[in-house]
Amino acid sequence: MLEIRNLHARIAEDGTEIIRGLNLTVKAGEVAAIMGPNGSGKSTLSYILSGREDYEVTEGDILYNGESILELDPAERAAKGIFLAFQYPVEIPGVATMQFLKVALNEQRKQRGEAELTTPDFMKRVKDAAAHLKIAPEMLRRPLNVGFSGGEKKRAEILQMALLEPKLCVLDETDSGLDIDALKIVSDGVNALRSPDRAVIVITHYQRLLEHIVPDTVHVLYKGQIIKSGDKSLALELEANGYADVIEAAA
Amino acid sequence: MSAQPQIKLTEAENALLMAYTEQVGDLPGNGDVLVARDRLITDIKTKGLPTRRVEAWHYTDMRNLLRQVPANNDGDVSAIEPLISGSAVFSLSNGKVERKAKAEGVSVRGIEAMLEDGTGAFLMSPRGDDDAIGRINGGFLRDGLEIAVADGAALAEPIELQVLHSGGQSHARFVVTVGAGASARLIERQQGNGSSAALVSSVSELTLKAGADVTWVIVQEQGVTDTHLGQINFRLEKDAKLRLFIVNAGGKLVRQEVHGVTVGEGSDFTFRVINLLGGESHTDVTMTLGHDVPETTSTEIVRNVVFDKASGVFQGQIRVAPDAQKTDARMACNTLLLSEEADFSTKPELEIFADDVQCAHGATVADIDRNHLYYLMARGIPEKKARALLVQAFVAEVVEELDDEPLVEALEDVIEGWLERHGN
Repeated sequence: MLEIRNLHARIAEDGTEIIRGLNLTVKAGEVAAIMGPNGSGKSTLSYILSGREDYEVTEGDILYNGESILELDPAERAAKGIFLAFQYPVEIPGVATMQFLKVALNEQRKQRGEAELTTPDFMKRVKDAAAHLKIAPEMLRRPLNVGFSGGEKKRAEILQMALLEPKLCVLDETDSGLDIDALKIVSDGVNALRSPDRAVIVITHYQRLLEHIVPDTVHVLYKGQIIKSGDKSLALELEANGYADVIEAAA
Repeated sequence: MSAQPQIKLTEAENALLMAYTEQVGDLPGNGDVLVARDRLITDIKTKGLPTRRVEAWHYTDMRNLLRQVPANNDGDVSAIEPLISGSAVFSLSNGKVERKAKAEGVSVRGIEAMLEDGTGAFLMSPRGDDDAIGRINGGFLRDGLEIAVADGAALAEPIELQVLHSGGQSHARFVVTVGAGASARLIERQQGNGSSAALVSSVSELTLKAGADVTWVIVQEQGVTDTHLGQINFRLEKDAKLRLFIVNAGGKLVRQEVHGVTVGEGSDFTFRVINLLGGESHTDVTMTLGHDVPETTSTEIVRNVVFDKASGVFQGQIRVAPDAQKTDARMACNTLLLSEEADFSTKPELEIFADDVQCAHGATVADIDRNHLYYLMARGIPEKKARALLVQAFVAEVVEELDDEPLVEALEDVIEGWLERHGN
């Protein structure tokens, strides 16, 4: 589903290279965890996958279902089924959450040549998905992410993911700022979306989240490269011994 | 004619004088009114239209900006549905009263009749030397409405004042008094269906008696070649509350003046403006507010969205009289500049002669927040649509504050419609 080949990327503004020859393949149905110390390029990778214009790809390619997505803008990538759950969801005063959800759903459908949802159908979908994530209706009446607690913001991200039904989900530190109960709710939400035709990339610092969302593969990102890949036991090893051994072995 | 022109008149000024000569024979009015009309037009002839050297017109050099004055055109005017269904609709077509609704607690008189019998002679007094709008409007005034809302009346349905035209000229006047303790919503619609350019002037005099509570909304949607000159003058008596909400969403050359005074303690003025500017238009909102007595309050928020080569102006003058202690006035002007060639000038002016007052003003200019845009696009919303949502969000706050569902929805439709037509 996703194939990243020898990717090099830098910050557009100052030219700092962050991703330095990254290779990664994620198959449909797979849950891949990307772990790594601070500053290794984890969030940058998620932004580059989503098409954020602050980063420039200087070499290599990102293939999604066999096609390069480098020329697509974020909206086009999203319509093709790529979803990034943000580490820091953006607060947008003045944009009502429900209006945002409806526009996003229908704009994606339009780009895929599908009919727009009727209002009752839309309302039902939101209500059902919100109930699963224990999101109160009052929250949906507020402007997008405005005044949401950290946990509410993360749940709202997963709600969007559930409604938009993407094919490739990228979760950027979705566990940060969550208490145990919220972590459970969010993880259940993600697990409910696991399916043979959908891939999930979980970016995290900690093993904790991976106890709830059990990965098929674990990759260690360091200085913009994947330096080690393995199965879920690799995450446990990192938890027990830290990154130092892996980094040393790769050097 | 005693006064000789002191200056070389522009093409537009000459056309204005010519139009007056053509129209004066059938403009209504007794002798007093006619003499007053002549005086107003003579002022224009001797001094010309205001230039940037006139302080109140510094950012809107009308003499240079007004290129042409269209001839009168009595074409058919298409009727429009009221913004809020169930409204009591009063309409003017090309400056003549066309439709008068009946509403309980509301009495109405035509201004044409007041000019004919001379009781309307007072309408011919300009505000001051720099009152070009008052002069043009008074000089050419044909008709309008005097509306009185009875003491204590609480109007359930809004009054909608439709000022419509088919291109050409349209000059209208409203004199509105809202009685003690009465409450009313008035919606003033300014628009035309002409394919040819229009020169529109519309002046309103509004008095709120003690304890009256009024929401007055001006929705200006003139055509891309039209000149719109609006003026609203108000007086707030004891404990009266006025919410004045202006949406400018049209016109080529627009000047909307607001001049108010608080003359009764406890009165409050809430002023909100949304300027949606595009193309090569120029739009000027000029407000002067006198806090003339103690313990009166006002807030002013102006939100501007400027596309293309459009330019906009907000001048806000707040005067606090020497004995107007405990005045509280807060003014803000926020602009979203969406093109390199767009510009907006804002000039706050506080003249405070009392010592125990709170007055503040602030101005901001910004572009669309890139993080906001990225977030919306990352959810599959194409850039153009995402930008429109963010522009709407920028003005939504002040609309929602009206807290009047049908009115909020109607204004959101006006804004959304404009953005669909102009969003880059």
